[in-house]
Amino acid sequence: MLGLSSLKFPPVVKTEINLVLVLVTVLGFWTRLRNLSYPRAVVFDEVYYGQFVSLYMKRVFFVDESGPPLGHMILAFGAYLGGFDGNFPWNRIGAEYPSSMSVWGLRLLPAVCGALCVPLAYLLQLELGSSHYAALGASLLILMENSLIVQSRFMLLESVLIFFQLLSFFSYWRFYNASNSCSRYLWLIVAASSCAGAVGVKYVGVFTYLLLLGIASVHTWQLIGQRAVSHVMFVECGCRVVCLVVLPVLLYVFCFYVHLTVLRHSGPHDQLMSSAFQASLEGGLSRITRGQPLEVAYGSQVTLRSSASQTIPCWLHSHKANYPIRYEDGRGSSHQQQVTCYPFKDVNNWWIIKDPGRQELVVNTPPRPVRHGDVIQLLHGMTSRFLNSHDVAAPMSPHAQEVSGYIDFNVSMVMQNLWRVDISNREAESEVWKTIVSDVRLVHVNTSAALKLSGGTLPEWGFGQLEVVADRVSRAHHSSLVWNVEEHRYGTSHEQKEREVELHSPTHIDVHPNISFLSKFIELQRKMLTVKQEESEHKYSSCPLEWISMTTNIVYWLHHSTNAQIHLIGNLVSWGMANLSLAAYQLLALWYLLRRRRAIRDITEASWCQFQRVGVVCVGGWLVNFLPFFLMENTLFLYHYLPAYTFLLQLLPAVLEHAHTHLLSGKSQHRAGCVSAFAGLCSVYLCYKSFSPLTYGSPELSANQLQALRWQPSWDILYRRP
Amino acid sequence: LMTRGHASPAVADSNVYLSEAILDICRGLAVFFLILFLCMHVLNSRCVYGNVLCEEPSMNTFKLCAQPPNTILVLLVLGLSFATRFYKLAEPPHICWDETHFGKMGSYYINRTFFFDVHPPLGKILIGLAGYMTGYDGTFPFVKPGDKYGHHNYWGMRGFCAALGSSLPVFAYFIVLELSHSNSAALIAAALLIFDTGSITISQYILLDPILMFFIMGAVLSMVKFNQQKPFCASWWLWLLLTGVNLSGAIGVKFVGLFVILLVGLNTAGDLWALLGDLQLSLVDVAKHLLARVTGLILLPLLLYVTVFAVHFAVLNKSGPGDGFFSSAFQSRLIGNNLHNASMPKYLAYGSTITVKNLRIAGGYLHSHWHLYPEGVGAKQQQVTAYLHKDYNNLTTRNLHSHLQEAPMTRKHFQVTGYGINGSGDSNDLWRLEVCGGRRGDPVKVLRSKVRLLHVATGCVLYSSGKTLPKGWEQVEVTCSPYLKETPNSQWNIEDHINPKLPNISLSVLKPHFLEILLESHIVMIRGNSGLKPKDSEINSRPWHWPINYQGLRFSGVNETEYRVYLLGNPVTWWLNLACLGLYAVMVAVASIHCWVLMRGGGQLVLGWLLHYAPFYTMGRILYYHHYFPAMLFSSMLTGLTLDTLLHSADLFLSPPRADWLLRLGQVALLFSVLYSFYIFHPLSYGMRGPLAHEPGSAMAGLKWMDSWEF
Repeated sequence: MLGLSSLKFPPVVKTEINLVLVLVTVLGFWTRLRNLSYPRAVVFDEVYYGQFVSLYMKRVFFVDESGPPLGHMILAFGAYLGGFDGNFPWNRIGAEYPSSMSVWGLRLLPAVCGALCVPLAYLLQLELGSSHYAALGASLLILMENSLIVQSRFMLLESVLIFFQLLSFFSYWRFYNASNSCSRYLWLIVAASSCAGAVGVKYVGVFTYLLLLGIASVHTWQLIGQRAVSHVMFVECGCRVVCLVVLPVLLYVFCFYVHLTVLRHSGPHDQLMSSAFQASLEGGLSRITRGQPLEVAYGSQVTLRSSASQTIPCWLHSHKANYPIRYEDGRGSSHQQQVTCYPFKDVNNWWIIKDPGRQELVVNTPPRPVRHGDVIQLLHGMTSRFLNSHDVAAPMSPHAQEVSGYIDFNVSMVMQNLWRVDISNREAESEVWKTIVSDVRLVHVNTSAALKLSGGTLPEWGFGQLEVVADRVSRAHHSSLVWNVEEHRYGTSHEQKEREVELHSPTHIDVHPNISFLSKFIELQRKMLTVKQEESEHKYSSCPLEWISMTTNIVYWLHHSTNAQIHLIGNLVSWGMANLSLAAYQLLALWYLLRRRRAIRDITEASWCQFQRVGVVCVGGWLVNFLPFFLMENTLFLYHYLPAYTFLLQLLPAVLEHAHTHLLSGKSQHRAGCVSAFAGLCSVYLCYKSFSPLTYGSPELSANQLQALRWQPSWDILYRRP
Repeated sequence: LMTRGHASPAVADSNVYLSEAILDICRGLAVFFLILFLCMHVLNSRCVYGNVLCEEPSMNTFKLCAQPPNTILVLLVLGLSFATRFYKLAEPPHICWDETHFGKMGSYYINRTFFFDVHPPLGKILIGLAGYMTGYDGTFPFVKPGDKYGHHNYWGMRGFCAALGSSLPVFAYFIVLELSHSNSAALIAAALLIFDTGSITISQYILLDPILMFFIMGAVLSMVKFNQQKPFCASWWLWLLLTGVNLSGAIGVKFVGLFVILLVGLNTAGDLWALLGDLQLSLVDVAKHLLARVTGLILLPLLLYVTVFAVHFAVLNKSGPGDGFFSSAFQSRLIGNNLHNASMPKYLAYGSTITVKNLRIAGGYLHSHWHLYPEGVGAKQQQVTAYLHKDYNNLTTRNLHSHLQEAPMTRKHFQVTGYGINGSGDSNDLWRLEVCGGRRGDPVKVLRSKVRLLHVATGCVLYSSGKTLPKGWEQVEVTCSPYLKETPNSQWNIEDHINPKLPNISLSVLKPHFLEILLESHIVMIRGNSGLKPKDSEINSRPWHWPINYQGLRFSGVNETEYRVYLLGNPVTWWLNLACLGLYAVMVAVASIHCWVLMRGGGQLVLGWLLHYAPFYTMGRILYYHHYFPAMLFSSMLTGLTLDTLLHSADLFLSPPRADWLLRLGQVALLFSVLYSFYIFHPLSYGMRGPLAHEPGSAMAGLKWMDSWEF
C-alpha cells in the first residue's frame, strides 16, 4: 500500500532494537555453539544419521524408513559446508573422528536451529498476547533446558523439527495479528513453508501441521461469517488455502525431488525398490539391464522377480531337488522338482518362454512378442523342467496348489504346464509383455489359479527358500501374485549344453526404461511408509508415560578412559513446573468453562480469548506431539518427547502471568507472586548449572559428584570405579 | 443309491424335528417381543414430551410432529426380520467359520472347563446358556469348520443368535422413529437392514456379533428414548437403567462395546452441558441429574460387568485348555489342575527342588535336557530352554549358567546354559534372586512372589524371549537379557516346591481373591488382543475396504461341490449407505443448520458411525470384514433419515401434488431396488451350490460385480 506520496527524500530507516531479545539470542547461540566440536567422537544417533550423510556425500541412493529426507539433507548440507567427503565408517558410538574431519560443520546446523528456538519462543509468546516479562521467561526456560541443549549440539534432528514448529506457529500468529495488508501474506508463506519443513524432517510434524490447519480453518470460518459475501473475501480465503494447503504439499514433494536428483548412484537399499526404479539409478541393476530387449518374445530367457511387498526381493527359482514324498505332518506331495523363490541372483533363476505349439527354444527373426492373454510354457533353463501346477496341496500352505517342475513318474499325473499371461498394468488389450515395466500374473490354464509367493519359508529340504504356490485369483491386485521380468535376453542356442553356457554369461543388450519423477516419488514414499522397522529393544528406550516424569535418561557418550560423559537429562525443575502449569491450566479452564456456562464472567472477554489462544497453541501443541506416540509401535526414546515438551514450556510463563493479573489481588500478593517467579527462575538456573557437566561433557566429575547428580533412582549415570 | 435310500428317512426325521423346534422358539420369541413392544407402547403413551417440537415451527423447516409407532408397520418389520433370519437357519449342518471358536466356548461353559479368550465372557455365557436350555449337552468337539454336527442340537445356539439378530431392524425402526419422527424414515432404515444379506448371514450362526449388536442397538435405543422422557419420571428411570444394562452387555461381549459407551458418554456429556446452561435449573437440580446418570450409566454397568466375570469364574471351575495363559496362583483355583488342593512349603529355602514358570502369557517352565547347543551357537554346553508343558524328569544336576556369548535367537542377549555338575561350577553360575516390589531379605513365597534372576557376573536378567528354537520340541529360547526393564518376560514365579525339611501348607490359603483374578484376566485379555498381529504374508482386510463392500468373508465352503455361504453385504444397500454419508454432508452444508432432524438426529447417527469405524484405523491388531457391522447399522439408520428428509423436501421446489407424487415414486423405487437386490443376492446368505460366479452356468453368474468378491 505504498503510495507515491509516502515516498520521502532522503529515505530514512528507523529501527528499534529490543535489547532483551538480542541478549537472549546471543545467550542461545552461546549455550548451543560453545565448544561444539567436543567431544570429537561419534555421539549416540550420530552413528545412525552419519551413514546417510556419507551416502549423500557420495550421492548413493538409500531408503530410510524413519523419516522424510529433508532432515537428512539439512545435516548433509552442513557436512558439505564443512568439507566432509563421506569417508567415515560410522560403525559404533564413541568412535573418534579423524582430525581432518570438520566436526563443527557436521553439528553446526542443528545447533543453529536449536539456538534460534530461544528468540522464537520470545516472539511466539508476544504474539500470543503475553507481556514481555512472560516472553522473557519463556525464552529463558528454553535457554536453560539441558535436554534441548544436548539434543541441539549433535548431528540429530529434533532441534530442527522444534525450530520449524515454533517458526510455523509464530509466523502464523504474526500473520493473524497483523493489520490488513498484503505484506502479511509473507508471514503466511513462512508459516506454510516451515510446516512443510517440519513434516519433511519427521513424520510427527504432520500433527503440528494439522493443528495449525485446524486453527487456520476456524479463523477462516470466522472470516466468512463476519463479512458480507464479497470478492475480497473469496480472494483472501483462496490465498489462505493456496498458502496453507498447496504450498506445503509442493514443498514436500520438492524436497523428494532434490533427494532423488542428488542421489543418483545405486546403493545398499536398491533391492527394496522395483526393477524400474533400480534401473533408473546409475550402476547396480542399470548396468546389467542396460541394453536388454524390451519386448519379451517366445524363446526369451528371463528371470522373474516377485513384486510382493516384502523387504527381501526374490526370483522364481528351481533346482535339482524334489519335494519330499511325505511332509512332517504326514501329507503327501507329488515328489516332483521343487519350484521356489530365491532371494539371491543365481543361474537357476533363468526360465525360457516357450510357445506350446512349437518345439524350438530360440527367438525367431523377427521376434514374436508375447502379448496379454497368450498361453505360454515356462521351461527351467538349467534343468529343462516345465513349470507345472496341479491339484496337490502345497507344502506350507495346504489350501493352495503345489507348483513344481514337471517330472513324469508314470503315475497318471498328467502334465499341466500351460500358463496364461495376464498383464495387470496393461493399457491395451493386446499389450506386449515388456521387460521390467509389465506387471504380470501367470494364470494356470487348467485350474485358473495364479502363481503366487505365499510368504511361507520352506524347511530344510527346501533349503530355507521361499515357497511358491498357485492360488485362486481372488484378490484382484495383490502384489504377491505379480511378477516381472527383470533380466532378459533373446535365446540363441538350440542345444541344452550351449544354453547352459549362455545362461551363465552376463546379459548385455539394449533399452533404457524411463520412469517419471512422480512415479519414483510415489514408490519411494510408499516404501518408506510400509517398510516395517525391526522392533528392537534398547537399553535406554522408554514408554510415553515415563516421559512426563522423566524416569529414564539416555547416555549419549562416555569418554573412553575418564568419567566425562554426556546424558540426555532435562532440567528437572522446569520439567516439574511445566507439568504443574499444565495441571493448573486445565483446572482453571474447567473452572472458567463451568462458571461461564452459569453466566458468571470472572474475566473479561478479551483475556478469556487470550487464555484460550494460549491453551490451543501450548496445550494443543503438547497434545498433538505427545498422544500419537501412544499408538506407535517402534522403539521410543525420551528425545521423542522434546517437541511436545517445548510447547509445554511455553505454557508455564503464560499461566503465571494469567495468575498474576487475574487471580492475585493486592500489592503484597503481587509482590509475592513476582518473588516466587524469580525464585523459580533461579532454581531453574541452579539446576541447569549443576547438570551442565553432563550436558557439555566437561568438566569431568568425580564418582561422588556423579552419584550426587542421580536425582532420580531410575537414572543410569555411569562412573568408573577408582 | 442304497445309501441314499437309507439316509433319507433319518434326514427327514431330523428336519421335521428341527423345524418343529425352531417353530417353538419362534413362537416363544414372538410372544416375548410382542410383550416388550406393548410395554414400550404403554410407556410411550405416558409422560412423553417429544410433542413440544410441534410448537416450535421456527426450529424446523419440515413438519415434525411426533408420529406414534404404527403397530402394523412394527409387526411387519418384526415378522419380516424374523422370517429372513430364521429361514434355513439349520443349514448348513456343519460348523461355519468362527462357530468353531464360539460354539466350543459355549460347550466349555456347559462342561465347566476353564478356557481363555480375548473377549469378555458375556457373549459366550449366553451362547452356552442358550445351548443348555435347548438341550445341547456340550459334547460336540467343534474341532474345525466343516465338521458335521450330526445329532447334536446346534440349532438352539444358532436360534438364539438369530433372535437377537432379528431384533436389530426393529430397534433401528424405533431409533430412527425417535430421531426423525417419521414413520417412513424408520421404515426405510428397517428395510435396509432386513434385506441386507450381510446382516442376515452374520445373525444366523453361533457368533458374538449378533449379541454385540443387539446390546449396541439396545443401548442406543434406550438412550434415544431416555432423551425424550420427562426428567425423573418412572419411564425416565427405566430407560436410563436400560441404557446402563445394555452398555454393560455390549462391553461384556466384546471390548468394541467401548465405542457405544463413548457414544452414550458423549451424548450424556452434551446433555449435562445443556442442563448446566439452563439457568432456570438450580445447581442442586443439575447435581441430581449428574448423580442419576453416574448411577445409571457408570456404577450400574460396572456392577453388572463385574458380575458377569464373577459368574464366569464361578461356572468355570475345572482345569482346561486355558490354564496355561494364567499365573500359577490363578491355576490353583481350578479343579483338576495339579496345583489345586496341592500342598507345599510356603517359603523358598536352600536345598528346595522347584519348578519355575515365566510370567509371559503362556510362559513356559524353565527347562533343560541332555542336549548341547549346536556348533556355532555360543558355547557348546547343555541347552536351557522354556518348555510349555510340565515335565518332572528334568533334574540333570547341571547349574544354571550364563556368560558373554550371544544367545541362539536374540543376538543382543547372552546365552544361558547348564554347566558344572551337582552344584560344583564356576562364578558364572551365581544368580541373585530379586523379589519384584520387595526389599532385600524378603522371603520368596511360592506361587505369589514374582522373582527375577539376576546374573551376578554380567548383571543381566534371566529372560524368556518367546521365540521358538529351530530344532526344539516346542522349546522356547531362554536368554539372559542385559536390559533390566521389568517386563513379564523377565519375571518368573515358583510353581512346584519340594523340600522335605519344611512343613507343607495347603495352597488354598494362597488363592488369589476375586479382584486379583479379575485384574489378571483383563491383563491377559488385553495382551492377547494386542498379540493378534497380522502376519506379513497374509492378506488383510483394511478398514477402507469395508464401506465399499470390497471383500467378504467365506463362512462355509470354497469349491464348486460344497455348500457355500459368503458373508457380504447387499451391495445395493451398502453403496446406498456410502452415497448417503456423502449426501448427508452435502445436505448439512447446504441447507440444514435449521433442520432439527438432520442436525440432531443425523448428528447422533454420524457420531455413532464414526465412533464404531474410525478407531479401527489406529488398531494394530488383525482386522476382519465383520468388524464393520456395528458401524453399518448406524450408517443404514442415517440413510433412512437422510433419504426420507430428501424425499420430503421435494416440496421446496415442486408444487404440492407433484411433490407428493415424487415422494411416492422415490419410496417405491427405493423399496423395489432393495427388494430386487435382495432377491438376486439372497443365495449369498441362504447357500449356494454348483459352479462359482465367474464360471458359466452358475446361479450367481453376472453378479460378481467386483473382482475381489469370492463366491
